[in-house]
Amino acid sequence: MTDTASSAGPAGTTTPARPLVVLEGVNKYFGALHVLQDVDLTVHEGEVVVVIGPSGSGKSTLCRTINRLETIESGRILLDGRPLPEEGKDLARLRAEVGMVFQSFNLFAHMTVLENVMVGPVKARGVDKGAARRTALDLLERVGVTDQRDKYPAQLSGGQQQRVAIARALAMQPKVMLFDEPTSALDPEMINEVLDVMTTLAREGMTMVVVTHEMGFARRAANRVVFMADGRVVESADPETFFTAPRSDRARDFLSKILTH
Amino acid sequence: MEAVTENLGLFGRGYLLSLQLCLWGLAGSLLLGTLVAACRVSPVPPLRAFGTAWVGVVRNCPLTVVLFAFAFGLPEVGVNGSYWWLGIAALVVYTSAFVCEALRSGINAVPAGQAEAARAIGLTFTQSLRSVVLPQAFRSSVPPVGSVLIAMIKNSAVVGAFGVGRDLFSVGNSLTSAQGYAALPVLTGVAVGYLLLTLPAGGALAAVERKVAIAR
Repeated sequence: MTDTASSAGPAGTTTPARPLVVLEGVNKYFGALHVLQDVDLTVHEGEVVVVIGPSGSGKSTLCRTINRLETIESGRILLDGRPLPEEGKDLARLRAEVGMVFQSFNLFAHMTVLENVMVGPVKARGVDKGAARRTALDLLERVGVTDQRDKYPAQLSGGQQQRVAIARALAMQPKVMLFDEPTSALDPEMINEVLDVMTTLAREGMTMVVVTHEMGFARRAANRVVFMADGRVVESADPETFFTAPRSDRARDFLSKILTH
Repeated sequence: MEAVTENLGLFGRGYLLSLQLCLWGLAGSLLLGTLVAACRVSPVPPLRAFGTAWVGVVRNCPLTVVLFAFAFGLPEVGVNGSYWWLGIAALVVYTSAFVCEALRSGINAVPAGQAEAARAIGLTFTQSLRSVVLPQAFRSSVPPVGSVLIAMIKNSAVVGAFGVGRDLFSVGNSLTSAQGYAALPVLTGVAVGYLLLTLPAGGALAAVERKVAIAR
């Protein structure tokens, strides 16, 4: 698995990168349902890992364990070499280093677009408001929603909201960005504007874990595709290999269902 | 109606005292109710247990019992204070349980994703409650908290009956029992006094609700 990180991917990584996110023997249950079964996964700095799989395979849960929005029953998760803290201020500090983008955007409904992007640095990092505002405006410019800065989330289209959510996560200057089905709640014509922002991020060298059904994005931007089924990592390969010659029956079956049309 | 017209000054002073009682009750119960609600939703089990016990005990005791406990019980265990402040404390404690539950309904109405997003950008529990969850919870709990506060205004009459001062209710009481005025006109005056507290309060709440409404 480690060799894929140093191979020349879209991010252009050439030196061996250090492991940024490490999951070792992770198990997670929802009641009797064993949603994550002995999952091992290493994401290196600058790597873009796309997690795909049928619904209910545990890929969203996997994504959410990385910043401990979901707790795990056994195994361990390391971020930049340190185990995830259990609770409290340490956990909050760690989460500040992990950006997260949700399927349903989750922009703060009572704040303007600009305030949404400013609140993290101001409250969690103690950045002064002027500086936070300048950073926020830069980020909004980058994701192309500067015009909307004084509006409230409900006044924006889904695609715009998701781009603001990406800016909000980037404002914390995270070491890694998690995307939990970022385009699944979007109208088809808005998917590309979000994927474009994500592709740019990937090319700039951001470490990313992306749970998605967008196979085009996986081919274009991923260094590695991780295929999950029934709570296990079934296959892990570079996109070209995975899409043209999947090793497992489960993966072949999954691909035949989604790539036929 | 001369019972009222002859004693307008008395009624006026009673009204002002009731108003003071209510304003203290309002400030105190909103503050305490918010703290208890924060306990009830906190991830720390002892705090949650405290919040649940507080609501369980205070909400299920009659106001008069709470008042007795504060006015007569507390001095017995060495906590002294004027009847005025003990009465206000009882009103605040009693109302806080209801404010807590009304707020909690508001907190439950805030989509879980809002708190998750707050945690995901690195806000602590307290910060996410203060900056993200509570501001939205307050907005959707304006109507139920409003009902609680209006009930509190009326409950202040019970506090008045304990002799904390000459509030509206005790003015009415002394006019009828000590000075022998006919009950009906005096009580009408008292009722009008309370309406002059509750109706503007209702109006203010409606204005607050319009002002803080957010689109989702």
